Amino acid sequence: MFGRTRKASDFGAEIEAHLEMETDRLKEQGMSDEDARTEARRAFGNVTRVQERFYESSRWPGWEHFWQDLRYAARMLRQSPGFSAIAVLTIALGIGATTAIFSVVDATLLHPLPYPHPEQLVSVIDDLPGVGAQDVGMSVPEWHDFQRSGIFEYVAPSGGGDVNLTGSSQPTRILFAAVAPNYFALLGVQPELGRSFNPEDTTPGFTLEVLISDRLWKGAFASDPQILGKNIRLDNDLYQIIGVMPASFHDPGQTTAQRNTELWAAAGLAGPPAPDPLRASHFLAPVIARVKPGLTVTEAQSRLDALVASLQKEFPQDYPLQSAWRVRLVPLKQTVVGDVRQSLILLLGAVGLVLLIGCVNVANLLLARASARGREMAVRQALGAERRRLVWQLLTEGLLLSLVGAIVGLAILYCTKGFLLQIVPDSLPRLNEVTINWPVLLFALGATLFAGAIFGLAPALHAGGQDLTHMLKQEARNSTGSGEQARTRRVLVITEFALSLVLMIAAGLLLRSFADLMHAHLGYNPQSVMTVRTWLPIPNDPATDVYRTPALQAPFLREVLRRGRTLPGVEEIAVGDLAALPLGHSRTDLNPFSLVIEGRETDANQAPLVDGSIVTPEYFHLLRMTLLRGRLFAQADDENALPVVVINDAFAQTYWPGDNPVGKRIKIRVPGDRSTFAWNTIVGVIADARTESLAEPTVPQMFLSLYQRTAKDWAIFLRGRLDTAAIPAQLRAQVQSVNPELPVFGAQTLHDVVSASLSQRRFSMEIVALFALTALLLAGLGIYGVISYIVSERTHEIGIRLALGAKSRDIVRIVLRQGLGLAIAGAAVGLLGALIVSHLMAGVLYGVRPTDPLTFAGVALLLIGVALLACYIPARRAIRVDPLVALRYE
Amino acid sequence: MSTQDARERLELLQGTLDLLILRTLIFGSQHGQGIARAIQQTSDEELLVEHGALYPALQRLEERGWISAKWGISTNNRKARFYTLTSAGRKQLVKETTKWNRLTAAIGRVLESEEG
Repeated sequence: MFGRTRKASDFGAEIEAHLEMETDRLKEQGMSDEDARTEARRAFGNVTRVQERFYESSRWPGWEHFWQDLRYAARMLRQSPGFSAIAVLTIALGIGATTAIFSVVDATLLHPLPYPHPEQLVSVIDDLPGVGAQDVGMSVPEWHDFQRSGIFEYVAPSGGGDVNLTGSSQPTRILFAAVAPNYFALLGVQPELGRSFNPEDTTPGFTLEVLISDRLWKGAFASDPQILGKNIRLDNDLYQIIGVMPASFHDPGQTTAQRNTELWAAAGLAGPPAPDPLRASHFLAPVIARVKPGLTVTEAQSRLDALVASLQKEFPQDYPLQSAWRVRLVPLKQTVVGDVRQSLILLLGAVGLVLLIGCVNVANLLLARASARGREMAVRQALGAERRRLVWQLLTEGLLLSLVGAIVGLAILYCTKGFLLQIVPDSLPRLNEVTINWPVLLFALGATLFAGAIFGLAPALHAGGQDLTHMLKQEARNSTGSGEQARTRRVLVITEFALSLVLMIAAGLLLRSFADLMHAHLGYNPQSVMTVRTWLPIPNDPATDVYRTPALQAPFLREVLRRGRTLPGVEEIAVGDLAALPLGHSRTDLNPFSLVIEGRETDANQAPLVDGSIVTPEYFHLLRMTLLRGRLFAQADDENALPVVVINDAFAQTYWPGDNPVGKRIKIRVPGDRSTFAWNTIVGVIADARTESLAEPTVPQMFLSLYQRTAKDWAIFLRGRLDTAAIPAQLRAQVQSVNPELPVFGAQTLHDVVSASLSQRRFSMEIVALFALTALLLAGLGIYGVISYIVSERTHEIGIRLALGAKSRDIVRIVLRQGLGLAIAGAAVGLLGALIVSHLMAGVLYGVRPTDPLTFAGVALLLIGVALLACYIPARRAIRVDPLVALRYE
Repeated sequence: MSTQDARERLELLQGTLDLLILRTLIFGSQHGQGIARAIQQTSDEELLVEHGALYPALQRLEERGWISAKWGISTNNRKARFYTLTSAGRKQLVKETTKWNRLTAAIGRVLESEEG
């Protein structure tokens, strides 16, 4: 169709022939040759212009029309700047927000991990489903078995934590990971400077070689170009820096701390300071592996299952059947992304709804304008414009609007990028990978076309389908728009209301979950409490550890407590390990102890695991925890006394339901550690406290005395009228006056710790609430527009009613009833949608059922209230109609 | 249009030229000059067809497949490009005629109501 086979010369010849024939004809009529020639040319008109039109039309007419439409659309938009601004802003908001959320989804969920062949990377997780334990860790012999199995190219355990970096002006605590020497070979990442570890290294303990992150190099070492070969001290042991990792490299950890690892030390993990490499000593976690090329994860899993089964047969002592040991392979990306997936999908859904509502709103505006342009369309059609052309022209207008909106939205997004990334909670995995890249732009373009098509199509479909006679007649009667258009606009408003309701109910449920969590009974009082952390070094040779036993640790502990108590404002002071810091620890900081209960001795591998904290006696009172039975630790429960333990109510209910556990004895062991410990006597039961997670009220827990057990990761608790700015430095001075090698860091109020634990929830809730508010506003504007339109359409009728003595109250009621009808219809549809959505959201809700009647009813009423308010304005205008003016309106 | 004669004639509405061309060709194939003559004659010289406008229109109709063209020899032995109505063109003619009739009727009614 668009191809042109005819040449311009052929066209020229035809014109020439025409002129000749016309001259012939005129000569026959008796004109002179010269006159006939002139007259033929005159009747033809401008030959050059006709030839130009031939050239022009030989361009692809599609493009020709498109440019024409585009120019026309641009003119239309310029003509009504108010309308254009509102439409563009609505679209900018919708597309900007959608793109922003998508860029996060893209980076976290869609992008492969930034390592070569990421599909081969898996997490290797040991479970003991028989005793209800997950992710118990791998033992060294298992690691070696898996490494030799032929299933994996590499298997690499790693262990993260804090370590004291000394040698600089101030001892600092850095995030480090002890990794197998094959760790970087497995990930396929090379250092930027220097070299990596030798993957074949079999040194049982630390190799004393470390790699540092680009950040640590630039920060602590001021980008020292001579860094390679430099010696540094980590927990008092000397290590050599052999390389610097690239700035783009981040450890594939699950927590923010792991992802921000600043130093990697290679360790065989099979000798001191690691425990003896016993088969049942499950302490290696996390473990990652690279599946051999050509094997899928599923194939690897089935081969691994066979290996596990044969190992179970070979070592029945270590793998009793009851524990049902099994090893799971999970794609590494899945473990890295963790549970944010649900929240992100929720956010993407919410922002998609906002975009959709925005589109519906603009469609409504365009329809209103289309009805005002009805005469233009009718005249153009009468003059022979094809329906297709009109539809395309209106679509082009829609697309231009959405394109301008998208450009504005993206520009705003680009300018506020830095600020937006700051609002996002740190705990979001792969946050550092969020960028506005091609896939994101492509997504934005898709959203733009989608939006433009949606709101361009609504008026476009109407433009073609009208009966011209009817249209022109209507125009003659000076009315606006057709009945069908009004119907469409009502449907659009109902849609808008339904979508807004869905979003608002989602926000309402999240808000209630959040409020419930905020007001959950904590079981402790975080007000006026501050925590500061320190870390006692773990030398590679345990014999050189000056705090290796409770008895060696106690004098230091007493001195820290004594000095801390003298600080200004301090009323109470206590020390615990990191697991004792409520909500301030990640799963890896917990100490799951395996238990043996007196009278119910079981095999070590089936022993229940219970999280334990190690604290000083003052801890319970400082946090205002409630004692239910027995007593708390006393000063007499020291390193020389019989070991005692305090448990919580959940623990008591689990193992001694209906019985008094006080006086019962338990043995507590580090999992896999075969050395037996003395019996610990339960001396007291405290009420359950939400220290593990705000959402979980009852987790069995126990507390051991810091005078009877050692801990390295200390949290110092202070209560009183504290000067939060000055206390960290004052406490550091006191601690370092006892041991100048110790770092003192991580000062925060307990209140902040508690609220930080809700950061991701708060973020989702705030964003969804923001979207819901936007949706409410848009829906309000939408119904306002439609009701205003209906009122203006009925001005004549209202005038007659008023003239016949109708009360203004009646008029208001008529108008409001129209709005109410739309709102109720929208709410009814929306409630159905919300029921579906809220059930999908069940996983992110807390303390509130997905069908919470209060939220559903409240939100529906709020929406209807807003609708009535939006209708009241045009209703007021309606009653101010002067009957005389209204009647003359036609 | 400079002459007195031309000014008195009616200018064609946009889009109607196509209809007239198709209509003219229903009597058999014809070249451009013949079509122009025919329109003027059958309208009793009422309609003004600018000859120059005819050719882009013919080109357009040909591209749409409503007419086909080939070079031939005219009655007075001139080389000319002859146009023939295709079956698609025939259908289009019926459609356009109906549309035109509705349009004129509608406009007529509107004008009447405006006057009344």
